[in-house]
Amino acid sequence: MNSLTNLLGWVDARFPLTKLWKEHLSEYYAPKNFNFWYFFGSLALLVLVIQIVSGIFLTMHYKPDAKLAFYSVEYIMRDVPWGWLIRYIHSTGASMFFVVVYLHMFRGLMYGSYRKPRELIWIFGMCIYLALMAEAFMGYLLPWGQMSYWGAQVIVNLFSAVPFVGPDLSLWIRGDYVISDATLNRFFAFHVAAIPLVLVGLVVAHIIALHEVGSNNPDGVEIKKNKDPVTHIPLDGIPFHPYYTVKDIVGVVVFLMVFSAIVFFSPDLGGYFIEDNNFFPADPLKTPPHIAPVWYFTPFYAVLRAVPPMFGSQFPGVIAMGVAVMIICFLPWLDRSPVKSIRYRGTIYKTALALFVISFFGLGWLGMLPVTPLFTLLSQILTTVYLGFFLLMPWYTKIDKCKPEPERVTG
Amino acid sequence: MKKIFFLISLLASTMAAANSGIHLDTAPVKLSDNASLQRGAKTFVNYCLPCHSAQAMRYNRLLEIGLTEQQIKDNLIFTGVKVGDTMTNSMNKDEAQQWFGAAPPDLSVISRSRGADWLYTYLRGFYRDETRPTGWNNIAFDKVGMPHVLYELQGEQELHVEKHGEHETQKLVLTKPGKLTAVEYDGMVGDLVNYLVFMGEPMKAMRMKLGIVVLLFLGIFFVVAYMLKKEFWKDIH
Amino acid sequence: MSQNEVDRSKRRFLIAATTAVGGVAAAGVAVPFLASWLPSQRAKAAGAPVEVDISKIEPGMILNVGWRGKPVWVVNRTKEMMDLLVKHDDKLSDPKCEVPQQPEYCKSAARSRKEHENILVAVGICTHLGCSPSEKLKAGAEGGMGDDWAGGFFCPCHGSRFDLSGRVFKGSPAPINLEIPPYKYLSDSRILVGDDSKGA
Repeated sequence: MNSLTNLLGWVDARFPLTKLWKEHLSEYYAPKNFNFWYFFGSLALLVLVIQIVSGIFLTMHYKPDAKLAFYSVEYIMRDVPWGWLIRYIHSTGASMFFVVVYLHMFRGLMYGSYRKPRELIWIFGMCIYLALMAEAFMGYLLPWGQMSYWGAQVIVNLFSAVPFVGPDLSLWIRGDYVISDATLNRFFAFHVAAIPLVLVGLVVAHIIALHEVGSNNPDGVEIKKNKDPVTHIPLDGIPFHPYYTVKDIVGVVVFLMVFSAIVFFSPDLGGYFIEDNNFFPADPLKTPPHIAPVWYFTPFYAVLRAVPPMFGSQFPGVIAMGVAVMIICFLPWLDRSPVKSIRYRGTIYKTALALFVISFFGLGWLGMLPVTPLFTLLSQILTTVYLGFFLLMPWYTKIDKCKPEPERVTG
Repeated sequence: MKKIFFLISLLASTMAAANSGIHLDTAPVKLSDNASLQRGAKTFVNYCLPCHSAQAMRYNRLLEIGLTEQQIKDNLIFTGVKVGDTMTNSMNKDEAQQWFGAAPPDLSVISRSRGADWLYTYLRGFYRDETRPTGWNNIAFDKVGMPHVLYELQGEQELHVEKHGEHETQKLVLTKPGKLTAVEYDGMVGDLVNYLVFMGEPMKAMRMKLGIVVLLFLGIFFVVAYMLKKEFWKDIH
Repeated sequence: MSQNEVDRSKRRFLIAATTAVGGVAAAGVAVPFLASWLPSQRAKAAGAPVEVDISKIEPGMILNVGWRGKPVWVVNRTKEMMDLLVKHDDKLSDPKCEVPQQPEYCKSAARSRKEHENILVAVGICTHLGCSPSEKLKAGAEGGMGDDWAGGFFCPCHGSRFDLSGRVFKGSPAPINLEIPPYKYLSDSRILVGDDSKGA
């Protein structure tokens, strides 16, 4: 025991190990009233680790070559010992990452976690989300199935809608006149090296910013306002370790049960996590009758299709899609409500949020379906609702009748 | 309220239209039935493998459906390869492209892309059509390039279209019986589809079994973790 | 604070239990990841036993076959070659083949199966640093190996010398004899390299 203490002392004199432990765990005071929604931050971190580890092992067998890629995935599934498990963990992890991140973001919406002083946490979080979309999009090309191929073809072609430089831009991204071996190789490099590095960096920034200002909570009140006069510890705060570590372990186990159930019993989840069409090898000469992105992109894909071409250009749709994603970054400045948490907001915000959720799910559903006039009309209505939630926010949050926030956290 | 109902019914009908296509018969897939899988494997190497490859499938995977190495060597390998090798053939892809208009696709994961029911309907859905270069067409795959390889067994069918006012019903009628009765033929195709499903994901049985163990273990983990959490959270009031 | 004391032991127990279950979980997850480094089915298929027809190998000649990506020599040794094998025990590092570099049934001066003692089957990889030695089958100075050369193999990398049974000569950098793979006779003229199981 003594020699261990000595070793720790030796390290601490050279590296702030104990200091870091205290700052981020044992003396990081989190509000004591976290509920179910507060599991998803640590779960997102868990999925990131799962994806990095399983991804590293997949690269040991995968071949980023248009001629070999498709069957190298089947090689992993059949010939590599336990390869099927590693691959299913990675494919399930991709979708579960978005499940967790969407729930994590929705938590922020409900409890006003993006509000002052947490604007930067929110911005970093949005950057993580964007990086994650790029990561998922490029990763989806790698199995080199029909959906991989044509999904990438469609999305990269969006860039050709950019005025003036568009065609050259998409040509540059592909490195060829269609999606090809060159594209596969550069997407592979981005997927396994560049974007993961960015992601990890952003996650660190996200957590540093969070631990600087402290966590929000379901009541949306600042626990730092009420400190013990002697110890200066927030009265409603509890040390993250051990209380939230033991609680998060429970959350992790429950999450892993869901995760394992999918991996072992239904890894393609009825075509939502792995699409049937992706078991056809990529064929540049044969477009599948119906191309739909994976579920986590479909809300934005629906926004894209909702906007008709104007002046013979798809560009307005592309802009609408970009706006639909980027507008989320501006929440901290759009929200003018005197309170943070939905618990003390009035009917108007609650209705607006409900409509927003309906529009998001509705768009997600529409994005998977083929285009019909009715669906296009529905997409247009829901896109309006979606954008309205953000654009009208400065107005409706101001006139909303809020209840007074309590001084201290409740229950 | 009425409007909402109308909208929903409209949606439902459009959905149905979007998914329209032919009616698929349900394939009798039973992965635990080794006898069926073995019969299917035999049909596969005899009738499919000469033109189609299954380059991700190794012959020795068939050990998992109860065959021995010797049985695989004696009854299923005609190309003189080793039992550890994959199911390939010597068909020239370019020539095949000329003969059939498209090279015969690899069948390793065909059951995962097409689905068992589609395959079951397709393999029983060939009918005579003199407008096609091969003389055959298919109810599940219009203008299919593949001729009916199993016609000696199934016999020949014709497509009869019956009109009931607005509605059209398509019906396949056996015009020339084959070596097998309709029931026997369906049984054989059922075994073949069963085998194709097995080949699409040979480790499926294994992952199901392992999944139960993993979930039981996580159940125990949950109990312990929950008790630990409860114990610590006694401090918090 | 007796209440506190009870809590503490319970907590210690629960922490230990959770750590133990978590440890099992971590180990369980590690297994498939580590096992994925084992040879794949493709590697195993490529490394499957190899059949060799020995009827075409003239006496005094060698046939090179590949097995598991390694060169395997099959040498049809002449009567003279066989006679020389027992005459230079004093020059060899391990004349009695004590180091298990061969299956039990090949532990003799000929290092071959009794059915055809003159047929040598050996992995042509030097036991020093893994080069493939070149054949110097003929005895005598002809191959530039000196007058007392009894025939064998010479590794060009670091000068290791082996006799016609693959046994290493003293003074070579290679520490032990060449490896004899498991093999068996399928018939009089066919051997199977890589498999010595009995029965079918």
